[in-house]
Amino acid sequence: MDQHTPESPRTRGLQMARSMCWHCQSAVTGEYFCERCVKVQPVSKETDYFTCLGFPRRLTLDQKKLEAKFYELSRTFHPDFYQTKSSAEQTISLGNAAVLNTAYRTLRDPIQRAEYLLCLEAGSVKNIRTSPPADLFEEILELQDTLEAYRSSDRDSQKGRELRVALETEQRALDQRKQEMEAQLQRLFTEWDQLQDRGEATSQARAERDRLLKQMRDLLSNRTYVTSIVNDLAATIA
Amino acid sequence: MTRIVGIDLGTTNSLIAYMKDGQPYVVPDRHGRTMVPSVVALTDNGLIVGDSAKEHLTRSPERTVYSVKRFMGKGLVDVQDELAYFPYQLTETGGVIRIRLGEKSYSPPQVSAMVLKELKRRVEAYLGESISQAVITVPAYFNDSQRQATKDAGLIAGLEVLRIINEPTAASLAYGLQEKTQGTIAVYDFGGGTFDISILKLKDGIFEVLATNGDTHLGGDDLDRLLVDLFIGQVQQQHRINLSEYPDHMQAVRLEAERAKIRLSDDLKVAITIELPDGKGHFTRELTREQLESLALPVIERTLAPCRMALKDAGLTPKDIDEVVLVGGSTRMPLVRQRVEALFGKAPHCHLNPDEVVALGAAVQADILSGGTTHMLLLDVTPLSLGIETMGGVMSSLIRRNTTIPASAKEMFTTYVDGQTGVDIHILQGERELVKDNRSLARFRLKVPPLPAGVPRIEVTFLIDANGILNVTATDMRTGQSQSIEVKPSYGLSDVEVERMIEDSFKFAADDVNARKLIEARLDAETLLKTTEKSLVEAGHLIAVDEAQGIRNALSQLATVKDSTDPRAIRARMAELEQAAKHLNVVMLDDSLKKSLQGKKVTEVT
Repeated sequence: MDQHTPESPRTRGLQMARSMCWHCQSAVTGEYFCERCVKVQPVSKETDYFTCLGFPRRLTLDQKKLEAKFYELSRTFHPDFYQTKSSAEQTISLGNAAVLNTAYRTLRDPIQRAEYLLCLEAGSVKNIRTSPPADLFEEILELQDTLEAYRSSDRDSQKGRELRVALETEQRALDQRKQEMEAQLQRLFTEWDQLQDRGEATSQARAERDRLLKQMRDLLSNRTYVTSIVNDLAATIA
Repeated sequence: MTRIVGIDLGTTNSLIAYMKDGQPYVVPDRHGRTMVPSVVALTDNGLIVGDSAKEHLTRSPERTVYSVKRFMGKGLVDVQDELAYFPYQLTETGGVIRIRLGEKSYSPPQVSAMVLKELKRRVEAYLGESISQAVITVPAYFNDSQRQATKDAGLIAGLEVLRIINEPTAASLAYGLQEKTQGTIAVYDFGGGTFDISILKLKDGIFEVLATNGDTHLGGDDLDRLLVDLFIGQVQQQHRINLSEYPDHMQAVRLEAERAKIRLSDDLKVAITIELPDGKGHFTRELTREQLESLALPVIERTLAPCRMALKDAGLTPKDIDEVVLVGGSTRMPLVRQRVEALFGKAPHCHLNPDEVVALGAAVQADILSGGTTHMLLLDVTPLSLGIETMGGVMSSLIRRNTTIPASAKEMFTTYVDGQTGVDIHILQGERELVKDNRSLARFRLKVPPLPAGVPRIEVTFLIDANGILNVTATDMRTGQSQSIEVKPSYGLSDVEVERMIEDSFKFAADDVNARKLIEARLDAETLLKTTEKSLVEAGHLIAVDEAQGIRNALSQLATVKDSTDPRAIRARMAELEQAAKHLNVVMLDDSLKKSLQGKKVTEVT
């Protein structure tokens, strides 16, 4: 159900076909255009979003450069510029532009970028946890009770106002918590990038890699959980 | 390079523009008017469009269609609350509203197509070339059905719609081209029937829409209605007459309300005069700008929530906005400008004519598509989230609102029971949790090979193209075979129906042209009759008696033939009359020249 699920071996076999120009059948050496007949080439399904935008698989990216590259590639692929071309080229440009837009949207946001990278490195992380993280368990259970009580109370009563104050305090605490998680994630992102930059192939490096992936995965999952609680809370007291 | 034109198909007025030497121009008619009222009237001689149709609003209200844009891509249930406001009869067939005009019923795209044809004729006559391709604008907040309906209207009018673009973004293109604007801008587009807000980032020729929001049922029409309700309430009180029982008078009241509203953008007060039915005299009152504003305020306030939503979705606050651009006739109201200024904390920008800027922008986009303009590129977004129905009547979102288009999402489907041969898919658009609160776009059945439950793997790709219109394709992942999908739109014309309407429109094209020629000939004949009669009265004594008699004969012959159904006969008699009155006109001109010179010194003349 997830578009990031690794491709089956069958579709992987298609990569060969894609390195040939769909139009003149010559080998495509250019990045997005056949150098012989200058036809636009479809972005391969194998191409990950980092490759698509020409960035290394890092968690800290220069937003300005990312935007500039996105604009440049938009000028390359946008269907507006293929209106006078053949319908095959129009279809390719439409598909490529859609992939490019998804790639940019994913990489632009640090959290989505990290989730995507984890997915590339170690399979999907989209399985959002349904129970609270261990260190938040008590707090969340209590919050759920307060929320329940607030929803069924008369909001203008003394009791209702007290509950509201309690919820607002809790909201600030959770927001704070979320920010801490994000700061911690940022530190892990930096560690990850440094590890990648060193490019070591030692068993120690591999262990370090697995540790970082696991920590990021847990944090991202906890953050998603806390975010949904905060949103729910905000909607209730809005 | 064939020329592609830009069209603003508006609720109240429509315009057509073209590009020449890197600059867009709106096409005027021979009187210099650039706006074609989006009004279609059925007369005894056929269908007429535009200014001449607008005259029929009060003469034959039940046969004169206006504000048809409000019905595009909709079913009757969607407009239940406002049916009472429209004097023409609305019905529904196959989820599509139909408008009764005499013996026949027309879908909203067909009526819009009549307006488009009028625009097409206008530009073809003006440029002296045939036009077959166009960019048409729609409100940014139009959903898939409304966009599709607009595209259908183009097809029926004989136009290939190369692109549907959003009105506020079109406006930004015109501003970007002419004002070389850079930075983050908010386009506040308040038109006759719809409201849009778009937040864009303009940088190095890229127009990137960050967020858009709006209300496709909020516009100047709503302000007119408030005034109409006020006036008919007072007429009821003072004269014990229920004007709503008189469709022709209701239209006159509506037009008077619209006129008063427009005047009050410049003046502080305006006199209202409404003719009462059955010769019962007139209702008169004065309306002040203050009175209008106190009525209009709640409507204008309704535009602010979408503005705040758009800002939030773009991750911005009002102070991040470098410029605010106003589009649409309703933004001429001083109160609108004040509220917009208060929200964004800066005076809005309105250098370009708010009525024309959208059509101009559409022409710019047309030029981009034809390869003329290459430095500008519009990256727009989809205004509403797209999703599918899942278990329990819940919508599962696939493409979030404000996602840059083209956008795609893939979803894998399988079966619940052994040997199941189909999976029903229901596509929705909207921001709510439950299916019933969102807009149903379409349904289709995915064909699945009969296999044990859970074994089939069908990947469905939902692709929103650069028009904001959805395309669906499916691939059987086991065989790699793609399958075609027949999507049944929930509120739209089927392909077969559109096909038939295109045929009809060609079939009746000859009739339409005749009707149009006849109406024009009659109007011209009337003008000629009036002016010649006036000349005879004023200057008849200056010419010979038999010459005057000759003119009178020609006059009565034209008067007789005027009501025939042969435009050529009318034109022939007109030529005769013009010939007979030629000398009279010369004499009259000399005479008036002489009079104007009398009493003046020679030095003043030379």
